[in-house]
Amino acid sequence: MVSKQYPRLGETVFHEILENGLHIYVDRRRDFQKSYAFFATNYGGMDMRFFQEGRWKNTPAGVAHFLEHKMFDTKEGNALQDLAANGASPNAFTSSAITGYYFESTEKFFDNLKILLSFVSVPWFTQESVDKEQGIIGQEIRMVEDDPENQVFYALMECLYDHHPIRVPIAGTQESISHITAGTLYSCHKAFYNPANMVLTVAGDVDPEQVCAVAKEILPVQSLGHIDRDYGGEEAPQAACPQKELTMAVSTPIFQLGFKCDPAQRGEAWMAQELAGELACEALLGSSSPLYAKLYSQGLINKNFGYGFEVYPGCALMAAGGESKDPAAVRDAVLEEGARLAREGIDPALFSRLKKGMYGAKVRGLNSFEYLCISMAQSHFAGVEYLRFPEVFDGITQAHVEDLLRRWVTPQRCGLAVVRPGEGSL
Amino acid sequence: MKVSRTQLQPGVWLTAVQTKKFKSCVLGVNFLTPLKEEWASLHALTPMVLRRGCAQYPDLESISAALDELYGGSLEPMVRKKGETQCVGFVGSFLDDAYTLEGEQVLEPAAALLAQLVLDPYTQDGAFCPDYTRQEQANLTDRIKAQVNDKRQYAQLRVVEEMCAGEPFGVDKLGSLSAVEAVTPQSLWTAYQSLLTQARVELYYCGSAEPERVEAAFAPLLAGLPRGGERLDLPRPAKGETPKPPHRVEEALDVTQGKLSMGFRTRCDAWDEGYPALMLANAIYGGTTTSKLFMNVREKLSLCYYASSGLMKYKDVMLVSSGVEFDKVGQAEAEILSQLYRCQTGEFSDDELEWARRSVVSTLRTTLDGQSRLEDYWLGQSAAGLSVGPDQMVERVEAVTRQQVVQAAQNLTLDTVYFLKGRD
Repeated sequence: MVSKQYPRLGETVFHEILENGLHIYVDRRRDFQKSYAFFATNYGGMDMRFFQEGRWKNTPAGVAHFLEHKMFDTKEGNALQDLAANGASPNAFTSSAITGYYFESTEKFFDNLKILLSFVSVPWFTQESVDKEQGIIGQEIRMVEDDPENQVFYALMECLYDHHPIRVPIAGTQESISHITAGTLYSCHKAFYNPANMVLTVAGDVDPEQVCAVAKEILPVQSLGHIDRDYGGEEAPQAACPQKELTMAVSTPIFQLGFKCDPAQRGEAWMAQELAGELACEALLGSSSPLYAKLYSQGLINKNFGYGFEVYPGCALMAAGGESKDPAAVRDAVLEEGARLAREGIDPALFSRLKKGMYGAKVRGLNSFEYLCISMAQSHFAGVEYLRFPEVFDGITQAHVEDLLRRWVTPQRCGLAVVRPGEGSL
Repeated sequence: MKVSRTQLQPGVWLTAVQTKKFKSCVLGVNFLTPLKEEWASLHALTPMVLRRGCAQYPDLESISAALDELYGGSLEPMVRKKGETQCVGFVGSFLDDAYTLEGEQVLEPAAALLAQLVLDPYTQDGAFCPDYTRQEQANLTDRIKAQVNDKRQYAQLRVVEEMCAGEPFGVDKLGSLSAVEAVTPQSLWTAYQSLLTQARVELYYCGSAEPERVEAAFAPLLAGLPRGGERLDLPRPAKGETPKPPHRVEEALDVTQGKLSMGFRTRCDAWDEGYPALMLANAIYGGTTTSKLFMNVREKLSLCYYASSGLMKYKDVMLVSSGVEFDKVGQAEAEILSQLYRCQTGEFSDDELEWARRSVVSTLRTTLDGQSRLEDYWLGQSAAGLSVGPDQMVERVEAVTRQQVVQAAQNLTLDTVYFLKGRD
């Protein structure tokens, strides 16, 4: 194993690439009682079309999420219960880009790690259990379809993107999951749960060499290697459609406002774009920006207002949303503030405060093993070491952030999705 | 991790936890007084109004900007109840100095900002600003009214109120609606002055700095605290007697699921040698997902949507809380008591004992991994005048025998049964 020091953060990370291509990162935290392990595949809701066994394959929406549900089944029973009986708290999630499985425990770390690595790497599906899960996930999808927050988010994705699969709900639809069979699951597991397409990140007072030894013992020696995916070609820079409206049972209109940004390059450029994009969001409409105070005092936004910058393979966006009696007025005010910042620049005192505040939040985030391990895994898939962020952050200037605002916060790149009170309103 | 506890002035204490394991440091200042109906609401309101502005930073926006300068730190107003002590003040989290961009110090300016908020409030006409007072009064009123929204929590508050009526423990940490309504900027100001002169003051730090440096950073706060007067004693709560038969209360609200809360006297609290055994008895009985209440009342018999037990660490009280169908409440109560009887007669397997021990030990150990949980732990211990840390508690829990657990269970007696039912 190679150990690498990050003196500005006071961290040491052990890194190893196994023969099967799996990358392992262990952040040794000597004084901690608990340990955390995160085992993830570079496979999420948007990976529906991929190259396997000499041809392009199309799969229904929702397979990654379906797989996550079914992976806990083992030949002997259920891995969740095995981990819980060992005092560990296990869980999993599927995002657009990745699927991750994890546990936290204070005792029997290596027993728990063996369980984690083995249930994720050894598939066990029967047609019967897949049919049963279709009902359970179908219920989950129905619930999500009734959730205005979720509907408004996907409406924004449809505003911004013409064809990129970020538009497709991660869990799929009732219709799409009806096409999923045990065969689909085995085939996608084979493609994406191959060690070269995965990463294992660990934090805690554990012996890194032993983590590697356990991974070698449990995981397959063979690996398929890199899997090509198709997201349908490059998107145009402008939004596909400026506005979408839905009606649902809500008491006040809810909205998501978005700006389509250029996709990030892999490596440190990825991280630089992520950090600069977040700063741009803060300067434009963050809780200590002049615009936020103005919108708040005009009653155009309330405490539910939230915002963020998101980067995915092949796409990136700034999004902000919440409740408003007049979402179009919020959009117009944001565009106007964007134009003002492009013209006059960001107040240097504000920029310096925002930068310090964000840096502090990132460093303090390392207290959370969950945040650390997930970030290390996501950064690994983007081709950059997560703990390099202080150095990357140093390189981000006010001019850099102003340039992003100038290029991206424009009417052409803007989309607005609104859910208005309608039939069956509260 | 080194823990030191120093009396800086009569009645003013500093608990400093020195460790490099975190990226942040936590600062706290709390004013401790015996919990009393006459002042609980005034004390609860004080940190909320103080957080609105001080002389140098008179509004929320300027406080936010000052916190952003300190790498996005936070300073939260807090109201807590530790046994029969009310603790009000602030807890803040800041980036540890070791990680600032240009090597600048955060601890000193953060402690100075804390001192300004606590000692130098924004005033009008020699008292708290009427607008801030009114707005925070409204917020506190909403918070008290909202207690009834969470029915599970509400049923627990109510059983404590009924069971400990006449004892300080029966007073809620936020006081009462009528007391909040009666507050004026002037009465709040008077109460604040007495807090400054009479309350026990607990300062807290957790981070990488040496205790000497921490003491120096707190110097502005210390210098502003009135000296000379006597600060209040915090008496150990008295132990209660159970009525025979148990006290029963029923209330009706618009609910679709009934809430059953049962209050037990434990004859044991954190000051007693037997407390670790009581922790295990509680864990076996209803404190974990492997406990008797969870496995039997909930899972096997499906009598409840949830059923669990919990200890009030600094008071001789254990609460059982469950959600039941209205017509199953009698059956559920009988089963809850029959599971207790099993604990009292030693009818639990060695596995059950060990699962309970692992769970209690794991909770104690992870307390050491989280800065805010650790702060809360030490505030409780400081209020009680106890010095046992989570790691020492682990040793005591490991040493508890089956016989001691049975003994602790045998001391549990039912005091009050509260049932929240639906309206007819």
